[in-house]
Amino acid sequence: MKKTSFLLSILLAAFLLMAVSPAAWGAKVIKIGVIGPMNFVQGRGHWAGATMAAEEINARGGLWVGKKQMKVELVQADSNEFLSVTDATNAMELLLTRNKVDFIVGGFRTEAVLAMQDMAMDYKKIFLGCGAASDEICTRVAEDYNTYKYWFRQTPINSTNLGKTSFIHVGTVGAIMKKYLNIPKIKAAVVAEKAQWTEGISKVSPAVLSKMGMEVVGVWRPSQVATDVTAELSAIQRSGAHIIFNWFSASVGITFARQAGELKIPAMRVGINVEAQKDGFWVATQGMGNYEMTLNTYARGVEVNELTAPFMNRYIERFSETPTYNAGTYDAIIYNLAPVIEEAETLDADKIVAIMENREFAVPSGKIAYTKDAQGRHLHDIKWGPGYQTALGVQWQDGELKGVWPNRWKAAEGAPEITYKGIVPYKIAPWIIEKYKQ
Amino acid sequence: MPSKEGRDVLISYSYMILDIITSGLINGSVYALLAIGFSLIFGAARIVNLAHTAFYMVASYCIYYGTHKMGIHPVLAMLVAIILITLIGLVCYKVFINPIREHEAAVLIATIALAMAMQEIMLLIFTGDFRSVPSLVAGYLEIIGVKIAYQQLLTICVALLILAGVWALLKKTRLGLAIRSTADDREVANLMGMNESRVAMITMGVSVGLAGFAGAVVVPLAVVNPHMWMHPLIMMLAVVVLGGLGSLKGSFIGAYILGFAESLVVFLIPLGAFLKGSVALCIMIMVLVIRPEGLFGVAFEEER
Repeated sequence: MKKTSFLLSILLAAFLLMAVSPAAWGAKVIKIGVIGPMNFVQGRGHWAGATMAAEEINARGGLWVGKKQMKVELVQADSNEFLSVTDATNAMELLLTRNKVDFIVGGFRTEAVLAMQDMAMDYKKIFLGCGAASDEICTRVAEDYNTYKYWFRQTPINSTNLGKTSFIHVGTVGAIMKKYLNIPKIKAAVVAEKAQWTEGISKVSPAVLSKMGMEVVGVWRPSQVATDVTAELSAIQRSGAHIIFNWFSASVGITFARQAGELKIPAMRVGINVEAQKDGFWVATQGMGNYEMTLNTYARGVEVNELTAPFMNRYIERFSETPTYNAGTYDAIIYNLAPVIEEAETLDADKIVAIMENREFAVPSGKIAYTKDAQGRHLHDIKWGPGYQTALGVQWQDGELKGVWPNRWKAAEGAPEITYKGIVPYKIAPWIIEKYKQ
Repeated sequence: MPSKEGRDVLISYSYMILDIITSGLINGSVYALLAIGFSLIFGAARIVNLAHTAFYMVASYCIYYGTHKMGIHPVLAMLVAIILITLIGLVCYKVFINPIREHEAAVLIATIALAMAMQEIMLLIFTGDFRSVPSLVAGYLEIIGVKIAYQQLLTICVALLILAGVWALLKKTRLGLAIRSTADDREVANLMGMNESRVAMITMGVSVGLAGFAGAVVVPLAVVNPHMWMHPLIMMLAVVVLGGLGSLKGSFIGAYILGFAESLVVFLIPLGAFLKGSVALCIMIMVLVIRPEGLFGVAFEEER
């Protein structure tokens, strides 16, 4: 009898413990899954941005969902997507089935995001993309709205607009070189790593650059992980190129910049070099990446709007590095999810989607509005252009990543000039000035 | 007397040839360092060490850590890394390889697992960020308009010196004789009083040491990351198969053949530069179709 009572007491205690355990509090917590390659800069950016957002929300007591105030709980998922798409889908599966998250932010590599997107949509969970640029991820929303409406792009601008902005950058650099070095016709070499995202751009670049009045001297396609590109650089130098229009997202971006700097190749490098967007680029290239210009989202000292400086200062103070665009998880939670949840007064995904897709709101990198396609169908893609998201052109200048574009940029004939606060003039490498001034 | 246009074409071709020679020599030397180390241990102990290039990756990280985190001189960091990696290699041999040495398939699986483990450990310690080590010599040399970085020249020279050192070790020392005898016939070497097991262990040390040397000569030119061992592993296997499994001469020549093949692709097909690895592997397949034992290998029938 005594033994039975003891067992009953243990069981009762266990039930009581379960009743007050965090799982039981789940109803009062909004769970946000943060998915990304956590051993890499991109994933760390995802997590850092989300952490900052969750801390800010929880510091003010949480979010009001109707009459109930709920705190935000983040769940980290390492997608390892650089190495394995399967790892990414497994991580997403865990978020959806075991952690039972309410929302998801993150993702980086298009191939992985496409697979993860399908899974999140199956569970009707809102997934805010903070990494992949492919247009296809959003065209899916237009083509099959009922299935894919829970997907929204938060950052970056899509591949088409990344391309458009990069061509504006190369045109700007070409004009500067033409003016200051008296070069009658700019010659450009196109160098695009062999990857899915550069297929289109490597094909259209020669035609577009020719239309822009440049002479294209050749297209080179090194491997993403090439450890020696001196052969390509020698060939480019021999072609007489003034500009190297490069497209890199992997380690070849470091190799290329380092070797080009070491050999003092007389051509300015401009385009997209994901590695050059990071603080570590200077050390990784041993300072040889000087004068590299790349498209980017943030730069120290550049203010796109009134939200940029406070965000940048807090982020740098907290994490001791400049945010990459993947830290857009901060915007996704603070400026997108949080106000919409409070407005919807529910966590119901369908009600949130209905509000989210019609909003316009400011984030530290500009303003976000969700676009529709030519047929008026929702894309849940972000709008590019003056007043919205434009991205920045940044250049490494003696160890610092400076914002150099937009600098008196006119989006169209007769349009007002745009210059963000903190933008500095573009610099041409001294060995190039020396060569062409002679 | 050729016209101006003809002269320009000739000059342009001579530039290209010089480029191909430089680039081919660098690639070939690194592959040779890796492939000879791999062939040594395969020849002497019939161990297919698929973790060979992972040791090269760990050596690169040791050098990075020494120069960036401890602030020691790169040359000293390289020497420490080579010694450290040799010791790690010997421990790995004793713990993971020696107990299963007689089971070739098990060795194959164990060494690939070891490589993956090393990759994950480096990923945990250093994350996936790309890192680099400063060049030992800055600047470049310009020969008839072709720019060659001093570091590249140094890499070629050091690699060739190390290869000469390995040749001297094998041909001029008693240890070299023991390694060669064991490679020729393990049983006979044993019967002649050689401690075959000890020779295998020493050869493993030399082999991993060579991987460390490869890491040391390459690291100022490379981007250090946890996955940097994969591509060299494929190329190294291609080199040893092309040259003939276990043949040191074959590995040396095979390495330069593939190194030059890669350079030729980059220069002649700029749009297909990413194909350089595939073209090198195709050359290997073609050679194997014509000569299955590789360029300098022993025919399988003969070996049996």
